[in-house]
Amino acid sequence: MKELVVLSGKGGTGKTSLVACLAALADGKVLADCDVDAADLHLVLAPRVLHREVFRGGKQAYIAADRCAACGECAVYCRFDAVRFDGPATEVVGKTYRVDPIACEGCGVCVHVCPAQAVELAPAASGEWYVSETRHGPLVHARLGPAGENSGKLVTIVRNRAKAIAEARSLDLVIVDGAPGIGCPVIASMAGASMVLSVAEATLSGKHDLERLAGLAAHFKIPMLVCINKADLNAEVAAAIGEWCQRHKIQVVGSIPYDRRFTEAQVQGKSLVELGDGATARTVREVWRNTRTLLEGRR
Amino acid sequence: MRIAIASGKGGTGKTIVATNLAVALAQDDHPVTFLDCDVEAPNGHIFLKPEITHCETVSVPVPEVNETLCTRCGRCGEFCQYSAIVCLGDAVLTFPDLCHSCGGCSLVCPDGAIREVPRVVGEVEWGPAGAVRFVQGRLRIGQARVPPLIRAVKKHLPQTGIAILDAPPGTSCPVVETIRDTDLVLLVAEPTPFGLHDLRLAVETVRQTRLPHAVVINRAGPSGGDVRRYCDRAGIPILLEIPEDRRIAETYSRGELAIRAVPAYAGWMRALFENVRHEALV
Repeated sequence: MKELVVLSGKGGTGKTSLVACLAALADGKVLADCDVDAADLHLVLAPRVLHREVFRGGKQAYIAADRCAACGECAVYCRFDAVRFDGPATEVVGKTYRVDPIACEGCGVCVHVCPAQAVELAPAASGEWYVSETRHGPLVHARLGPAGENSGKLVTIVRNRAKAIAEARSLDLVIVDGAPGIGCPVIASMAGASMVLSVAEATLSGKHDLERLAGLAAHFKIPMLVCINKADLNAEVAAAIGEWCQRHKIQVVGSIPYDRRFTEAQVQGKSLVELGDGATARTVREVWRNTRTLLEGRR
Repeated sequence: MRIAIASGKGGTGKTIVATNLAVALAQDDHPVTFLDCDVEAPNGHIFLKPEITHCETVSVPVPEVNETLCTRCGRCGEFCQYSAIVCLGDAVLTFPDLCHSCGGCSLVCPDGAIREVPRVVGEVEWGPAGAVRFVQGRLRIGQARVPPLIRAVKKHLPQTGIAILDAPPGTSCPVVETIRDTDLVLLVAEPTPFGLHDLRLAVETVRQTRLPHAVVINRAGPSGGDVRRYCDRAGIPILLEIPEDRRIAETYSRGELAIRAVPAYAGWMRALFENVRHEALV
């Protein structure tokens, strides 16, 4: 089974628009939306959710006000600056210290150091994940709760479930839509994958962030392909990206122009290739053909 | 005043707004500090072209086990919520990538066998960019833990004057770390279905922090109606609409400031700041 992960470093370069096209073009695959904190693929694929599950990413500390002796040990030991002092207890308000649920990373140090056993750890619901059916095949997607933690863990769940579905249905391809950046969720979506397809925008920022992403792919020894997007925005930068890729033995699978029809497709809840044939759609098809060939060439 | 520039979706124009706002305000003699908190993909330097005069590595403490003192009691592994330290029979394994540096394992170890050693996650760099004080964080490639590096960048927040914080995209912990303790969160949104969807997610996140927030619509055109309607219904003020203009996109692609290519842009940034000031006071 092959796993193709679409990433970009910089955000907004067109990952999801491209993945939506690949969803329409590729046969026999499972789709996984691993951009769990700003997932958009479902907006195009209109999934019918078959299965949903709560994601508990971590724990959360709570201080029981009635037992709290206001000694402040928890605040001394908390490394996340998550314990806030609300002022001394009064006859009306017993509360003294409290945990800021957004800053708390659920480590449990406060529970350990509290001499009054006033702090407890409880599971924090921090999202949901779904298995769905779409017009282009199965989709596994998720939604991290607002200000959620542990997005990497949720990414791993989504990926593993997508692979399990592919296996069960004897499909030999998983296409992953990843998050921007090079941090925790990106590492979780890339590690162990067959290949990274990086969507690089023809801007200096796009090039800069592509280079960082390439560093990450090299670090994890995952082969990388590049698709240049919005290539006509700056032909000079597009050429520089091409040269940079050549120097680093990274294959460029195509150059897609800046095309407003990508937005038009979004508005219609479709992928660009479903809008009909045109020059850009033909380029996107070629991107997929080249990617597939290179992907299949790999053991 | 601390202004965080954020967005749910990537590529909506956070960095364009943040860098141009910083330079426009500096031109008006405001003391401005620009802090690039998008440490995974920091791009502010491309536009502000700072002269980096200082660089500091940022480390987080991770456990190191002294095998001689360790009695394999297993308390560290039981305590760790992140499976970053595991006691397996005769061996204690540590996984620094999973560690949140809470210090719990060394606290609970009854034998004093765990000490914390620094592990580098990235760098904080700073220096002048014209009249703007520039600070950025750069995550080391292969490192996963972003919030500690953002905290290190934010140590450079000035006591007075204007601070502009360029946030990473998304809605999870790096965003929350960036916007924490700011006076106003400016959400840059683009009027597309993806843009609107991710704006809603970003608003949910910002609401959890209870910080004042407002929207800038970037690349606004006839299709901006949905975002406007949403903001109207949700009671979120729109402080500026920047029209769709290929010149701005091309200027951006070259790593140049929009205020240099589109004369009206500086005026928009000043108006934005006046609106921000008004909003933050309310």
